Amino acid sequence: MGNADNDRPSLAEQRGVDGHVYQPAEDSALLAKAAIDDMAAPERVLEVGTGSGWVAEQITDESDARVVGSDLNPHACRQAREQGIETARADLVAPFTAESFGAVLFNPPYLPTEPDNEWDDWMEHALSGGADGRRLIVPFLDDVGRVLTADGVVYLLVSSLTGYETVVDLAENAGFETTEIAQESYPFEVLSVLRLAR
Amino acid sequence: MKKSLMDILCCPVDKHDLELAVDTKDDEEIIEGTLTCTECGEAYPIEDGIPNLLPPDMRDEAAA
Repeated sequence: MGNADNDRPSLAEQRGVDGHVYQPAEDSALLAKAAIDDMAAPERVLEVGTGSGWVAEQITDESDARVVGSDLNPHACRQAREQGIETARADLVAPFTAESFGAVLFNPPYLPTEPDNEWDDWMEHALSGGADGRRLIVPFLDDVGRVLTADGVVYLLVSSLTGYETVVDLAENAGFETTEIAQESYPFEVLSVLRLAR
Repeated sequence: MKKSLMDILCCPVDKHDLELAVDTKDDEEIIEGTLTCTECGEAYPIEDGIPNLLPPDMRDEAAA
């Protein structure tokens, strides 16, 4: 896995995962449930970084929304499509038109990672949030407002490892009001679901 | 991809409309084809039913 010069186990090894596509875990379940419970009745929902497609599938099952999944990883796109999710290979929300979604869900890669340990493979990419754990959160917040309908909301999974307060500040700087709608504690982190609205 | 997905897709670079060219399709979906930006002319492939809308500079580096 490309860690020959480094004794530190890969993120995938730390998390006990293998393969090319992030599979549903506690964070996925927390995000799906919080979004389903909180959502009004959006016409369209986008899950960014859909991975296996599991969260998108839960939303599809529990709502009348048309659910679209995007992922950078071609293996993830294929797996999500096999689950029946409409899928596009994309960089965050870049290829979606303005005001298209009533809700956007994102469980970002968030584990803080030393630069030497990055980009080994697709699973590393799915887990790593860069040096501060916020590699994709910043560009996501910069652009997600564009694809939301006027009353659209974002559901963002945040780990205490990523810096909860910092993410709240980033979201507010991007023009959102934030509300924590779910929280669960685990041995090494606290997971929260933030609802971002304008 | 379903043709109706076109309603919410745009060029990831300049956000202009895309034009769809279908090579193969089944009853529900476009399986192979190309999406071309009506402004900058960049072409995005549809392969195995999945549109690849990565900006050109990310297509090559994103491989493993």
